[in-house]
Amino acid sequence: MAGEEQTPGAEKPREAAKPVKREAADASGHPWVRSVRAAVPDAVVSAKEFAGEVTVTVQREAIARVARHLKDGEDFKYCVDVTAVDWKTRAPRFDVVYHLYSFSKNDRIRVKCGANDGEEVPSIAGVYLTANWCERETYDMFGIPFSGHPDLRRILTWDGFNGFPMRKDFPLEGIDTGAAIYPEEWPDGGGPPKNDPNRKVVS
Amino acid sequence: MSNEKISQAEKDAALHVAEGVRAAAPAEHTLFDVQEMELNFGPQHPSTHGVLRIVLKVDGEKILEAKPDVGYLHRGTEKLFETETYPMGIPHTDRMDYIAAATNNHAFCLAVEKLLGVEIPRRAQLIRVILDELQRLSSHLVWLGTSGIDLGAVTPFWYAFREREQILDFFEEYCGARLTLHCMRIGGLPFDLTPGWTDRVSEFISDLPARIDDYEQLLTDNRIWKRRTVGVGVISGEECIEWGLTGPILRGSGVEWDLRRAKPYECYDELDFVVPTRQNGDTYDRYVVRVQEMRQSARIIRQCLERLEPGDIRGKVPRVIKPVAEEVYASIESPKGELGFYCVSNGSNKPYRMHCRPPSFINLQALPRLAKGHLVSDLVALIGTIDIVLGEVDR
Amino acid sequence: MNLPPEFWTYLKVVLLVATVPAIVGFVIVLAERRIMGFMQARLGPNRVGPQGTLQGLADLVKLVTKEDITPSRAERVVHFLSPVLAVIPALTALAVIPFGPPIKIGKQLVPLWVADLNIGLLFLLAITSIGVYGIILGGWSSNNKYSLLGGLRSAAQLVSYEVPMGLSLVAVLLMTRSLSLVEIVRRQESTHLWFVFPGLIAFFVYFVSGIAETNRNPFDLPEAESELVSGFNTEYSGVKFAFFFLGEYTGMIVISCIAVTVFFGGWLAPFPHVKPLAFLGLVPGVVWFLAKVGFFIFCYIWFRSTFPRYRFDQLMALGWKWLIPISLANILVVAFAILLTPGRTNGLVFLSWVFGGLFVVMFLLSRLRRALTRRDRLAAGGPAEAGAEV
Repeated sequence: MAGEEQTPGAEKPREAAKPVKREAADASGHPWVRSVRAAVPDAVVSAKEFAGEVTVTVQREAIARVARHLKDGEDFKYCVDVTAVDWKTRAPRFDVVYHLYSFSKNDRIRVKCGANDGEEVPSIAGVYLTANWCERETYDMFGIPFSGHPDLRRILTWDGFNGFPMRKDFPLEGIDTGAAIYPEEWPDGGGPPKNDPNRKVVS
Repeated sequence: MSNEKISQAEKDAALHVAEGVRAAAPAEHTLFDVQEMELNFGPQHPSTHGVLRIVLKVDGEKILEAKPDVGYLHRGTEKLFETETYPMGIPHTDRMDYIAAATNNHAFCLAVEKLLGVEIPRRAQLIRVILDELQRLSSHLVWLGTSGIDLGAVTPFWYAFREREQILDFFEEYCGARLTLHCMRIGGLPFDLTPGWTDRVSEFISDLPARIDDYEQLLTDNRIWKRRTVGVGVISGEECIEWGLTGPILRGSGVEWDLRRAKPYECYDELDFVVPTRQNGDTYDRYVVRVQEMRQSARIIRQCLERLEPGDIRGKVPRVIKPVAEEVYASIESPKGELGFYCVSNGSNKPYRMHCRPPSFINLQALPRLAKGHLVSDLVALIGTIDIVLGEVDR
Repeated sequence: MNLPPEFWTYLKVVLLVATVPAIVGFVIVLAERRIMGFMQARLGPNRVGPQGTLQGLADLVKLVTKEDITPSRAERVVHFLSPVLAVIPALTALAVIPFGPPIKIGKQLVPLWVADLNIGLLFLLAITSIGVYGIILGGWSSNNKYSLLGGLRSAAQLVSYEVPMGLSLVAVLLMTRSLSLVEIVRRQESTHLWFVFPGLIAFFVYFVSGIAETNRNPFDLPEAESELVSGFNTEYSGVKFAFFFLGEYTGMIVISCIAVTVFFGGWLAPFPHVKPLAFLGLVPGVVWFLAKVGFFIFCYIWFRSTFPRYRFDQLMALGWKWLIPISLANILVVAFAILLTPGRTNGLVFLSWVFGGLFVVMFLLSRLRRALTRRDRLAAGGPAEAGAEV
C-alpha cells in the first residue's frame, strides 16, 4: 500500500489537538434566543449550544410563530430541513427538529419542539415553502400530524400504508400492513377490461 | 333527370348524417375548450432519471398541474443507520445519491466527526477534497449527458460518459469500487493513494478544459439548445431560498452561495476558486453554472494535488466510536446542493437518529412551480435541470 | 430476345419499389449506427459479420421473430393497418423517381424509372402526405396517451411542413416549367445548371421541411423518445414496428431522392460542361444518383448526432413564421427574375449569383457573430469564465 507517496519519516508528531468542549453549554443568553423570547413570550423552554450550533427548544404551540419571527425578525430566510426524533419512552415522545439558516449571519439555528403521540404540531409550511415536503416526510415516517399543512399525505410510503416506519417500535423487518398495493379500480381507459380473466387485484 | 334524383338523395343522406352527428356530439365540447387529460409521467419513463412519477394534468401539451409522486425507491436508509454502528452506516450513504457516492460518504463522516470532535489530518483533507471534486465532475458529467439526451442532443452524452468513465477508473484504482465507493472513513480515509495516481489525475485534469470546450461547442451556442433552455423554468433567487433550493439552481438564479465558501469544511477556505453564478435563473443559466463548476472543480483538484504532502490519512479515532449524547448537523456542498446529516447520539455505538437532508428531495419539491404553464417537452428539461437522483430523493 | 416492355416494368417494380428499399433501409440503419458511433467516440455495431455488415440482417431477423403484441384495448384493425399505411406510400413514391438515364440492355433502351408521370412532383407530394395517416392512426389506435400525443404531434407537424415543402418546389417549377421529374433532370442538363444554385433558398426550405416530414432529428417530436417514450410506435413490436421503421427510412430515401432529382441534377455528373471535369461523366449516372442520395442520408445522420430536439411550439413557429414566408418570398423573387431577364437561362444564372452572394454574406455574418459573442463572453470574464485556464 505504502508507495512513493508515503514516506515513513514524514510522521511528525502532530501538535496536540486543542481540547474540544464535548458537552453542551447553556445558551439562554444568546442573542437569537433572547430575540425569540422577546418576540414570542413563554415560547422558549431551553436553549443550548454544542459544537457551535445553537439549539432552541420551544413550546409546540408556538413553533409557527417562532419560525415566523426567526424568518422575518432574525433573517433566517432558508429552512434547511424539518425532521423528528422518536425518544420512545420520554415525554413528550417526539422532538420535531427544524434547521434554519440565515444568509446574512451565515449561521444555522436549530429549533426543536416536543410532541406526544398524536399531538398536532403547527405547520410551518405557511412560513417556509420548503417545509411542505419535509413535514409530509416527518408525518409519513413518525406519524406526527401537522395542523394547517396544505396537503398532509404520505410521501415516501404509499397511501394506505399502515404504520410509521421511523418510530422506534416499528420493527426493522417491517410489518404486514395489509394495504392494497394496486388499486381495485382503474381509471377509465386504463387497466385490463372487466371481462379479462387476467384481471387480478393484488393486495 | 336521373342525375338530379341521385344528387337529391345524396343531399338528404348527407343532411341526415350531419344532423345525427350534431345530435350525437356532446354539447359541452366546443372547439377551443380546455380539455384536460391526466397523464402519468413515469415511474417507467426514460427521462425521469429513475422511478419518479409525475401525475400531469395537461391541456393538449400544456401542463396545467404537475404532481410529483416519489417514494418508489424508498429503502428506509435512515432506519438502517439506527440499527448499525457508525462506521457501518457509511456504505448505506453510497446508495443514496449513487451518482455521487463520495460526497455522501463525506457528509456522513463529517457529521460523525463533528460529534466526536476529531481533527482530520491535512493529507486526508486534501484527498477528500480531491475525491469530492472528482465526484462532482462525474456527477455533473452524468447530468450533462442525460439532460442533453432528454432534449434530444445525443452526442454530448457519449463524450460526457467517456470522461466519467475515466473518473470512475480513478475511483476504482483508489478504493476498488466505481459507483458505491465507500471511500471515506470516520476520521479520515481508508487507504492512501496508489503510486502514480496523482500523476494520472493531474494529466486528466489538464485535458479536461479542452474536453469541456467540446461539450460547450455542441451546446452552449447551439440555437436549438438555447431555445429549449432559455426562459424555461425561470425562478428568482428569493423564490429559490423560499423553496429551499440549493446548489447550481440557487447559483443560476444569482445567489452566490456555496457551502464550500460560506461554511468551508476540510481545506476549502485556503483554495482559490470562483463560485460561478448567473442572473436569469432559467434552465440555460443552470446549465452554464454547472459547466463552469466543472471547470472550477478541475482548478480545485489541481491546487489540491499541488499541496499534497506525505502524512497521516486518519485522525485519532477510537476503535469503538461512542460519541457523547448530543446532536449535530453537518453539511457539505454536494453536486446537487446542500447535503446535510443530522446526527443524534445517545452515547451508544449506534446513532440514535441519523437524518439526511437530501438536496434532490428538497429541490424536486419546486418542480410543480417550475413546470406550471410549460409544455410536456419542457418538463423533461426541468427534471434534467433539477438534477435529481431518485436514490437520494427516496432514500 | 426482345422482352416485352411489361417485363421490365414488373421487374423494376419488384426491384426498385418493393425489395431494394427494404434492403437499403437496413443498410442505412447500419450506416447510421456506425457513423453515429464514429461521431460519438464509440464503435457502433461491429460484431455481426465482418465489420458489423450483417447487423441489419440480424436486426431484421430479431424484429420478425419477436412477439407481435396488440394492446388489449387497442382498435385492432386500425392498429394492424396503420404500419401498412405508413410504409406503402413511401414505397409508392419511389415509382416516379428517375434513378438514372435509360440504359441499354440488349437492344432495348430501358429507362431506370418505373413511370415518368407528367405530374410526377405533384404525385410525390400527394403520396408522401398520405404516410401521415399511418402515424396518426397508429398513435390513436394504440389506446396509449403518449402514442396519441405522438400521433397528434405528427399530424400537426406534417400538415404544417407540407406547405413550405410544396411552396419551395413551386419555385423550382417556375424554372423547369414541368412537373415531370425526368423533365426536371433534363432541363438541368440543358441549362448546365443544377437548380440548387438558383433555388438555393428553395432547397434549404425543402430540405428542412423534408427532415420534418420524415420525423427525423431535430424534428423527431412524434417519437421523441425522452418525452413521449417513442410516441406513436410505443405499443408496436415485431413486424409492425419493423414496418414503421421501414416507412421512416424509406421516407428518408424518398426525400433525399427528390432533393437530388430536383436540386442536384439527378443522375447528372457535376458540371458536365466544364472541360476539366468532363471525366466525371464517365461514371454511370446511377452511381452519381446513389452517391448524391447517400450524401443526403449522411446529412440526416449528421444532423441527428448534432442537434437537440425542437419543442413543439417552436417547431410550429419555425414552419409557419419562417419557412412559409421565406418560400413565398422566394417564389416572388424567382418569378420576377425569370420574367424580367431575357432568355430562358439568364434569369437562373442571375439568381444563382444573387443567392450565392447572399449565402456567402450570411455565412460570414454568422461567423462574425459567433466570434463576437465568444469574445464578449471572454471579456465579460467574471465568475462565469474564470477557471477556463486551469
